[in-house]
Amino acid sequence: MEKRVTFSSWTIGILFAVPQLLLIFTFFYWPAGQAVYWSLTLQQPWGGGNIWVGLDNFRSILSNADYWNSITASLVFAGISTGLAMFIALVLAALTDRQLAGSRLYRVVLIWPYGIAAPALALAFRFILAPEAGFLSAINRMWPGIWDPGLDGADAMASIIVAFSWKYVGYNFIFFLAAFQAIPRSLIEAAAMDGSGVIRRFWDIQFPLITPTIFFLLVINITESFQDSFGIVDIMTSGGPANATNLMVYKIYSDGFKGLDYSGAAAQSIILMLLIIVLTIFQFRFIERRVHYG
Amino acid sequence: MASITIRGVKKNYAKTQVVHGVDLDFASGEFVVILGPSGCGKSTLLRMIAGLEDISGGTIAIDGTVVNRLEPRERGCAMVFQNYALYPHMSVAQNIGYSLKVAGVPSAERTQRIQAVARTLELEHLLDRKPMALSGGQRQRVAMGRAMIREPKVFLFDEPLSNLDAKLRVQMRSEIRKLHRRLNATSVFVTHDQVEAMTLADRLVVMNGGRVEQVGTPAEVYSRPASRFVATFVGAPAMNILEGTVELDGLSLLGGSRHLTMTRAGLPVGTKVAMGIRPEAVRLVAPNTAGALKATVDLVEELGAGRVIYVDLDGAPFSVMTSEAIHPEPGSPVGLKFSPEDMHFFSPETGSRLDVFKASVPEPAL
Amino acid sequence: MVERTPFLNLFTHLILFVGFVFCVAPFVVVAIAASHNLRDVNDVPMSLLPGSDFWVNIKTAWVTAGLGPKLLNSFIVAGGVAAGKVIISALTAFSIVYFRFPGRMFIFWLIFVTLMLPLEVRIVPTYAVVANVLSPYQAIFDVIGLSWLIEKVSGVQVSLSLGLLNSYPGLILPLVATATGTFLYRQFFLTVPDELTEAARMDGAGPLRFFIDVLLPLSRNNMAALGTIMFLWAWNQYLWPLLITTDQSHAMAVTELKQLIPNVGGTPEWHIAMAGTLIVMLPPLLVVVLMQRWIVRGLIATEK
Repeated sequence: MEKRVTFSSWTIGILFAVPQLLLIFTFFYWPAGQAVYWSLTLQQPWGGGNIWVGLDNFRSILSNADYWNSITASLVFAGISTGLAMFIALVLAALTDRQLAGSRLYRVVLIWPYGIAAPALALAFRFILAPEAGFLSAINRMWPGIWDPGLDGADAMASIIVAFSWKYVGYNFIFFLAAFQAIPRSLIEAAAMDGSGVIRRFWDIQFPLITPTIFFLLVINITESFQDSFGIVDIMTSGGPANATNLMVYKIYSDGFKGLDYSGAAAQSIILMLLIIVLTIFQFRFIERRVHYG
Repeated sequence: MASITIRGVKKNYAKTQVVHGVDLDFASGEFVVILGPSGCGKSTLLRMIAGLEDISGGTIAIDGTVVNRLEPRERGCAMVFQNYALYPHMSVAQNIGYSLKVAGVPSAERTQRIQAVARTLELEHLLDRKPMALSGGQRQRVAMGRAMIREPKVFLFDEPLSNLDAKLRVQMRSEIRKLHRRLNATSVFVTHDQVEAMTLADRLVVMNGGRVEQVGTPAEVYSRPASRFVATFVGAPAMNILEGTVELDGLSLLGGSRHLTMTRAGLPVGTKVAMGIRPEAVRLVAPNTAGALKATVDLVEELGAGRVIYVDLDGAPFSVMTSEAIHPEPGSPVGLKFSPEDMHFFSPETGSRLDVFKASVPEPAL
Repeated sequence: MVERTPFLNLFTHLILFVGFVFCVAPFVVVAIAASHNLRDVNDVPMSLLPGSDFWVNIKTAWVTAGLGPKLLNSFIVAGGVAAGKVIISALTAFSIVYFRFPGRMFIFWLIFVTLMLPLEVRIVPTYAVVANVLSPYQAIFDVIGLSWLIEKVSGVQVSLSLGLLNSYPGLILPLVATATGTFLYRQFFLTVPDELTEAARMDGAGPLRFFIDVLLPLSRNNMAALGTIMFLWAWNQYLWPLLITTDQSHAMAVTELKQLIPNVGGTPEWHIAMAGTLIVMLPPLLVVVLMQRWIVRGLIATEK
């Protein structure tokens, strides 16, 4: 889409874009380019120059079992938490959209989790899910040792999934509800006149019309599960136990800043970037579909 | 007050040309209406006068000064837009006074001039309102006030009445007319509504496909359309056109199935012509009347003051407008009669008027 | 609509209520835990009746984690990011929507691409840039020979250096350097009727006047929405502040939560931890509650 009416002065136009261009050059393109450079060289953290090593960094990462473990953990985390957060939000939004008594309250409250910082909610859930205090600890009273995120990798993974899903239920709810409310009331009424009941209407009319939102949220949730998970992991599990929750961004951070392996971290960043770019391109294919629905 | 001289003006968008070499002269103080269907280039021409569109070729001069390269603000034109284009976040007073503010007019003088304009347009009690809180007619008046306050040399109107309901449109039409009489500034008014055009114009410019078809007073355009396009575009219901061929004793119509006896003048036998007759120039007579064309009634449209009768003439649609109180049943046969002096002839290829061909026999024969 | 669906309605109420409970429960638990003393908070299961030590715990958490100055830092950074985004995005969107200079599409794509790669995935090199924000320019000067030229001509060795670690600009600027807001404005500017621009031109306004007098006032809603979202987003940042604020003086509230995690084997001071959590989550929660309308509008618009 383009404007028909524009101003003719080029210089003023370009000047307006300069602040943004300076910012993204300095803090986006240069670092991104730097990451590519580092990933192809061996960088000594304490100076001493870079040695060109070609794809060696990638080779060594991809042959490292820890890295594959990190990818698996990330995918498990992304898959389950996205599924959970989207399914729960979809159900809640669909029911809120029925506008029975109290739906205003739900509309307000169900959004709250979105505003909470991942580390803050992580700390809250660390307490709630702690094996020796809080609430889940009651289970340990009955069957000692059955729940311990500090020792059991599966428990730790479950903990971070619960925390992340809780936040993103709120986020997805906003979008699903908006999508439901964007469906013209007359469409629902027409279907009702055609003799279609509430559940029938959901599957025949509302669900098909919000599929673009579903695809969109799917991509956003997966992308966010790669990024926004950092705070949750750092507060709740620190990547443990035994790397069970060592998700990709957390590994980049610990390899780069704790292990001081800049080249390895840069190569991991590049792989993650490619992954996200693929997802984004995938998303654009569906945005075209979205426009189609109008 | 200023004259406008348009010479060979062209407009291209990328590869398509939308205005093809237009020449026009608007006298100082004149109210000119440019009439045409959508996409005919009329708005583009207006916007080129305003300075909102670049001129691809030719020149536009205001008061003898070529303005091709001048910014809108330097041309001394004011414009009233189709959807008013009021700034939604500014009050009526701020909207009207914005151009003065930009020009750096001191605020005391500004207030005074806003008041004066508001008084003329009866907007004084609305000055603090936002455009959202105004009715369509009031918005329209604010848009006019915004144009007036600059005391421009030229007023440009881009279909300013098309968003109003029918009643308000009639009222605003007369207000614009009155305002023009008082300010006497050169005005160019663009519209696709022929009633608006006929009622407002000192002079009418009919455009089609990026070209000027005819320039003249509304009466001239109606009674002597310069082309088949003008003939069918101006007047409602549209002029009936029947294709025919010149013969020795007159005209053969509808592929030879009907015949009009007339003296042929100036055109060789065998020339193809398009004969036009206005629905209001046709009389309905009994089907067997001598010299009448026989037809079948399709549909009668009641207009209150009169009625339009659509008939079928051997498959060709034809309309008759009458104020007589006759209500023929659909399917019934009728006769059509008209005088040769009401007939118009156009070239079927170019569409231009063929004035050499004068009908001189009083009653066409069947 | 007249519709009798008693069972479905019951089901709806039930599910929504369960959803409501799960949504609010963590807030309630945090608040209750923050009111207990050390013994009660470690009771299994913890009593849901509030204890009496709420203010004591709040005060302890406030002092232990030094939350006062850190909350202030959070406000400065979140406010700075929100303001920066609101202003810079508006300027850029105006440039790419209302002008037709050569290379405009190139600039459009340059900015667009930044949407794809969040800060988290390029932290390592971004950290290096912030350590000396002029290093990219130094590198460019070196490569094109400008450094050499200046050294020859003036005898001064060019060594550009400006470290932004442990500084507000270092915290704020990299967070501003993405395209989120630009596209929000772009979408909005595209809906502003062309006639308004033309009217302004007929009224004698140039691009600058049009931007300030017409476009910005019309964008107020978008500014509020974008500002709110960016404030929340910046307030909730964790990884970036954690990296570049090695010094406590510029640390943000969210990153300080880590100090409050009870050590394994140490005293399980969950009541203090929860009191701190409550303090840190309160400002964004208030923003969500008060600015809900803007958040919903802004989210829907930015993510399009």
